Amino acid sequence: MTGSWRRALAVTAALALAVSACGQTTPPAAGTGGAPGSPAAAAFTRGQGGDLKILYWQAPTILNQHQATGTKDADAARLVLEPLASWDANGKPIANGLAAEIPTIENGGVAKDFTTVTWKLRSGVKWSDGTPFTADDVAFTYDYMKDPASAVSTGSYVSDVKSVVASNPTTVVVTYDKPQPFYYKFGVSGSSAILQKAQFAAFKGAGAKTAPGNIKPIGTGPYKVKEFKPGDTVLYEMNENFRDANKPFFKTVTFKGGGDAATAARAVFQTGDVDYAWNLQVEANILRPMSTASTAGELFTVYGASIERLLFNFADPSPALGENRAEPSTKHPFLTDPAVRRALAMATDRATMGKELYGDGLTGKATCNLITAPPDLVSKNTDGLDVCKYDLAAANAELDKAGWVKGADGIRAKGGVKLQVLYQTTVNALRQKEQDIVKKGWEAIGVKVELKSVDAAVFFTANAPDGANHFWADVEMYTNSGDPDPTALLESGWSTAEIASKANNWQKGNYARYSNPDFDKIVASLKTETDTKKRAELVIAANDHLIKNVVIVPLINRTFATSGRSKTLKGVNPTPWDSEMWNIADWSK
Amino acid sequence: MGRYILRRLLIAIPTLIAISLVIYIILSLSPIDPLSAFGADPRVPPEIRENIRRSLGLDEPLHIRYVKWLTAMLRGDFGQSFLSHVPVMDLIAQRLPNTLAVVGVAYLVGVLIAIPIGMISAVKRYSLLDNVATTLAFMGFSTPTFFTGLLLIIIFSVNLRWLPFIYDSNLKITDLNSLGLQVKQSIMPIAVLGLFNAAVLTRYVRSEMLEHLPLDYVRTARSKGLVERTVIIGHVLRNSLIPVVTLIALGVPTVFGGAIVTEQIFRVPGIGELLVRSIGNGDIPVVAGVVFIFSVLVVLFNLVADVLYAVLDPRIKYA
Repeated sequence: MTGSWRRALAVTAALALAVSACGQTTPPAAGTGGAPGSPAAAAFTRGQGGDLKILYWQAPTILNQHQATGTKDADAARLVLEPLASWDANGKPIANGLAAEIPTIENGGVAKDFTTVTWKLRSGVKWSDGTPFTADDVAFTYDYMKDPASAVSTGSYVSDVKSVVASNPTTVVVTYDKPQPFYYKFGVSGSSAILQKAQFAAFKGAGAKTAPGNIKPIGTGPYKVKEFKPGDTVLYEMNENFRDANKPFFKTVTFKGGGDAATAARAVFQTGDVDYAWNLQVEANILRPMSTASTAGELFTVYGASIERLLFNFADPSPALGENRAEPSTKHPFLTDPAVRRALAMATDRATMGKELYGDGLTGKATCNLITAPPDLVSKNTDGLDVCKYDLAAANAELDKAGWVKGADGIRAKGGVKLQVLYQTTVNALRQKEQDIVKKGWEAIGVKVELKSVDAAVFFTANAPDGANHFWADVEMYTNSGDPDPTALLESGWSTAEIASKANNWQKGNYARYSNPDFDKIVASLKTETDTKKRAELVIAANDHLIKNVVIVPLINRTFATSGRSKTLKGVNPTPWDSEMWNIADWSK
Repeated sequence: MGRYILRRLLIAIPTLIAISLVIYIILSLSPIDPLSAFGADPRVPPEIRENIRRSLGLDEPLHIRYVKWLTAMLRGDFGQSFLSHVPVMDLIAQRLPNTLAVVGVAYLVGVLIAIPIGMISAVKRYSLLDNVATTLAFMGFSTPTFFTGLLLIIIFSVNLRWLPFIYDSNLKITDLNSLGLQVKQSIMPIAVLGLFNAAVLTRYVRSEMLEHLPLDYVRTARSKGLVERTVIIGHVLRNSLIPVVTLIALGVPTVFGGAIVTEQIFRVPGIGELLVRSIGNGDIPVVAGVVFIFSVLVVLFNLVADVLYAVLDPRIKYA
């Protein structure tokens, strides 16, 4: 009957909408970035403004960074729950949180052997319920995060922390298992948001998921939760106990979730219905005219380390291998040949991609580096590399030289092995256009390309054969980014110990099954080296290794934040390492 | 009749259990993961994800999870969302008012438009009004709601700036002013859905009326000397509405199911929006809860439709 037919149609259409909406993945809340020296004397008084309207097309479902399942949750929680410090735009910590100052080696806060960090906390800070905040709350938060039964998503930030001890009410000592060059790991950014011990003490461990504080947290931030409807809206009102007597400017905040990125862009640029619209990942040729013609709002972006990349499979994904499919013990029939990888890299037209799909810098720009931020870690050695230049003639020559000859069908082959690749990514209009550009270049040099796209919710899952981790394809494409310190990114992505395989249920991060002793050595040194300059050299060496050997092909450096704000809204200052809400106390109109 | 209803209700029990089994198995076999929003983020490493999955009970075998879910549900506990960890029933209760305010009203509007228009266009067959109504009805049900919705937004929100397109679920109606705001924010979604429903129903009313108009009892009524108005409304419409009423009853569950596309476009936090987002997020308890309640309503309203049919049409008897 008509009703059921109509419903089926509606479901299909809605799924299509939802799928196109969730193709992008953004990292969870990281730290706070911030304008250096931004807390200038506020030119306003508390509660002077009315209601601040924020629109996220993904709706927050929980208000606790540690139980968050996405950026939207961590961002919505950030108005209430603060960390000790935040990350600024250059990946340096800034003391806009609960810490009175940033511990460094110079001021003695960080031990010379990099095992302990002593945080001095602000005194006189109160929770929104009026009770005093103390170092005990910080130590408790650590215990909460460390307890496996709490099942937090921020667990990697305490995994190598041995203890967090409150040595007095305003001092916390963080001790790492071994020398930790990334010594701000615990404390800086939303992933170390401090919970109130009194509110969460009974909900550490098994009860963590159902804690009432997840819905109505008591925090030290500029706002407190008035009403929260999971998956819909959060209403906040200003925290009368906030430590800065002049802040926040807005009396209330309405944080609305849902819908899609395109109409969110309309709401901030065309109708001016909202003051702030998050993550407007809309195609550049739609976004540009909307934002440039707008009298109400403007687009702002910030570049970080979100790199759209191609990953080559070093294991053999052939279904004929059955149980051994793509196991690290197998060897890819042609992608293990450096000449083939080099040729594919040279036939990849990232410049066209950046120009036509990302608006030439509007939402992304072409890059040939994996590490593109912070500035002192960026390699300058890749610019002139042949594998970073789009050159079909050179790519053809490379394959000719290596003995891959075109057959009657125009496909190159050697010793019975044909250059046929299966190239997978998530379902997303932009990504499918990227695939087309890559395919065009590769087919021009005699490589047959079969395209495949998988729903993002399946692609990034643990146990789907279509998942990025199984990598039952030859080439795959996605984006991720990390912390200001890229050690974890490099280690999990390409070191031998992290190879994903059936034995570890594909629960490791090296999807490419890449294994190289030189690279492993760089990672090992990174984990112990404590000299800042030497660390930067190691990171650059790791980056160059992956690019020169064409283990990956970086394509686009995507904007980390791509949001719209009302032209009258002041103080917004996004950073690539933290929640966009990190300095909301400073926002005004 | 009483025996019949009882029998139907008893049959409904195994039907619903079978439905619950199918729902749960299909959902659990789908590879969608509640943690997929993390993507390939190295800051949420696999062992952390595995630990979260374990805490959600996803490591247990399927049959154990199903039995646990079913027994809890029989006690009225639909479990908790994998994302917000709020009881599923609370989430549904939070959203039902929005769905009823938009989808329910739209259904009512659809019915109220469809009956008079369908009736007039049958009586005045091939007149200008009939042609216009028929054309509009065809356009109505062949234009998808996501298209008309976006069209209305561009005209009335973006160009004319008359109406908001972000639905505020926190609006409390306390006075005329807030009532006005509620009307303003729901008029577009109601129009989109109401016209769609009206388009479908108009066709039914019209064809039913046309079937009845040439029948003998109509001629009898006319020859009795009844005025045309009484003939049409008292006799023809009354009889034509019998199948239409059952059709309307069968459509009631879809009201509770919400309108997925329209709710998404206008950001109405209703049940349809909850369902589609939960599917995308792999939030199994919420999807299972919503779909199961929906199946209960379908089974129930099928029975209601059958009973209504017998009540309205004395020729039909259930033994």
